Amino acid sequence: MTEWLSPDEWRAVALSLRVSAVATAASLPFGVLVALALARGRFPGRQLLNGLVHLPLILPPVVTGYLLLLTFGRKGWVGQFLDQWFGIVFAFRWTGAALAAAVMAFPLMVRAIRLAIEAVDPKLEQAAATLGASRPLVFLTVTLPLILPGIVAGAILAFAKAMGEFGATITFVSNIPGQTQTLPSAIYAFLQVPGGDAQAARLALVAIVIAMAALLLSEWVSRAVARRIAGT
Amino acid sequence: MTLSVSLSHSFGGFRLEAAFEAPPGVTALFGRSGSGKTTVVNAVAGLLRPHRGRVAVQGEVLADTEAGVWLPPHRRRIGYVFQDARLFPHLTVRQNLTYGRWLAGLRDGAEIGRIVEMLGIGPLLSRRPGALSGGERQRVALGRAILSGPRMLLMDEPLAALDDARKAEILPYLERLRDEVGLPILYVSHALAEVARLATTVVLLEAGRVTAAGPVAEVLSDPGAAQGLAPREAGAVLLARIEAQEEDGLTRLATGAGPVWLPRVAGAPGRALRLRILAQDVMLALEVPQGISALNHLPAVVEELREDDGPSALVRLRAGEEALLARITRRSARAMELRPGLRLHAVLKAVSVAQENAGG
Repeated sequence: MTEWLSPDEWRAVALSLRVSAVATAASLPFGVLVALALARGRFPGRQLLNGLVHLPLILPPVVTGYLLLLTFGRKGWVGQFLDQWFGIVFAFRWTGAALAAAVMAFPLMVRAIRLAIEAVDPKLEQAAATLGASRPLVFLTVTLPLILPGIVAGAILAFAKAMGEFGATITFVSNIPGQTQTLPSAIYAFLQVPGGDAQAARLALVAIVIAMAALLLSEWVSRAVARRIAGT
Repeated sequence: MTLSVSLSHSFGGFRLEAAFEAPPGVTALFGRSGSGKTTVVNAVAGLLRPHRGRVAVQGEVLADTEAGVWLPPHRRRIGYVFQDARLFPHLTVRQNLTYGRWLAGLRDGAEIGRIVEMLGIGPLLSRRPGALSGGERQRVALGRAILSGPRMLLMDEPLAALDDARKAEILPYLERLRDEVGLPILYVSHALAEVARLATTVVLLEAGRVTAAGPVAEVLSDPGAAQGLAPREAGAVLLARIEAQEEDGLTRLATGAGPVWLPRVAGAPGRALRLRILAQDVMLALEVPQGISALNHLPAVVEELREDDGPSALVRLRAGEEALLARITRRSARAMELRPGLRLHAVLKAVSVAQENAGG
């Protein structure tokens, strides 16, 4: 394989995997919280939150990337704050690519988890309460195990989306080989230079393989979890 | 009083104004669908917050809207058996049973064995709820509620979702539960047969209001209360004891109203039973009936006569220490000149006491 892909191409594949994994893992807790709020919450501004979460899905990715640059860039107010207090920098780093991927994948993740939460029968949670479970315990012992297939599905969907993220990433953190050049950015770059077609095609093949693997894994995991939960 | 409830709640045009007290034993909350029974139990469990009201169990106030007291469901220690079992699908039967126990910090494993044995669910322990029949599920739900260490049990039509065979399978377990565990139970039902068989006290609920409350034999033989029931359902309950199994296949039972013969009822002499005698299965005769095939006739005195809108009348009789209810036509009532104090004979056809109602 090492002969098959050049070191630069390998770097792009490895970076994409890392960016997507970090983006998925870091956004998952927030995804569950936001899905819970949207599915169960009764508070003013719920529709606003719903709209905000879904915004990256409908905005042109370049706009999302631009907005990220404005807020999380070196001069953005959040970016400055994080840099000064925690030493976290997003601009033109792989972390920025992960942030862009997480934001772009977030609506898909929340959607899958929210559907799972809405499918949980609140009557089961009532039963747990009459058996002595406080609200946090009801969530941990009943709701969470029951929505696990949805969480797995949401995470894998988000991972796949993150692997393919291009527009917001290239706008926010540019296309620096070894730094922010993810798989799609690399394909794009190869297509820009004469004679890069073969390399682009090889990387496209890698992208297809990874996407298929993720899809199959998600099917297998969620079927295993669903079997465990269906109670047979 | 074990349970004292007073509620005022309204939603969607329905108004509930109910107050009652329940002594130890099984209190049946009886009424048609839509009479507000589930609203009452949910308020007792803390799943529903009434607009106004007070709920106290064994002296502890669980809710009092005036005093601003509201205990959330998980701190009430009230076991709830739902109509639809509501077992946790992701846990095994054993984990379902120990769920509430684990939360309550109870460590006594012997109690689990005792309840599992009592409910006959030992072979199911490692299965998951999805692989259980309706009757098995309901038994596990019962065990789960009992094992959470509650101070009282609520049962919301636990048999309503089951077919007759499954009902017959569960009823004996409910009776054992009543007799062996000794927890106070508030039992919601719209099936009079269940109420007659299980309850010690009956609270009759109609359109959100309590229309009658008291010991089961008294309420069920009250013509006023019976008018709220379907005509075929009205009937009295007799407490009976098996006296002898006779050679021709009949069982002689002693009741407070006199001896009663029934086709073979299983059990040794001394076994206590409840007989349910439907009002429509009681005939009245002014003299000792002769030359009729009905085996059972009991001397009785008319206590109350109530004519309803239709062609029939309900007659409450005092027979020995017990009360009976008879439904006859208004024409007969007039022809016989029925009036309170009149002595007569109540004729029960032996076959009219349904076997499924003759439970312990």
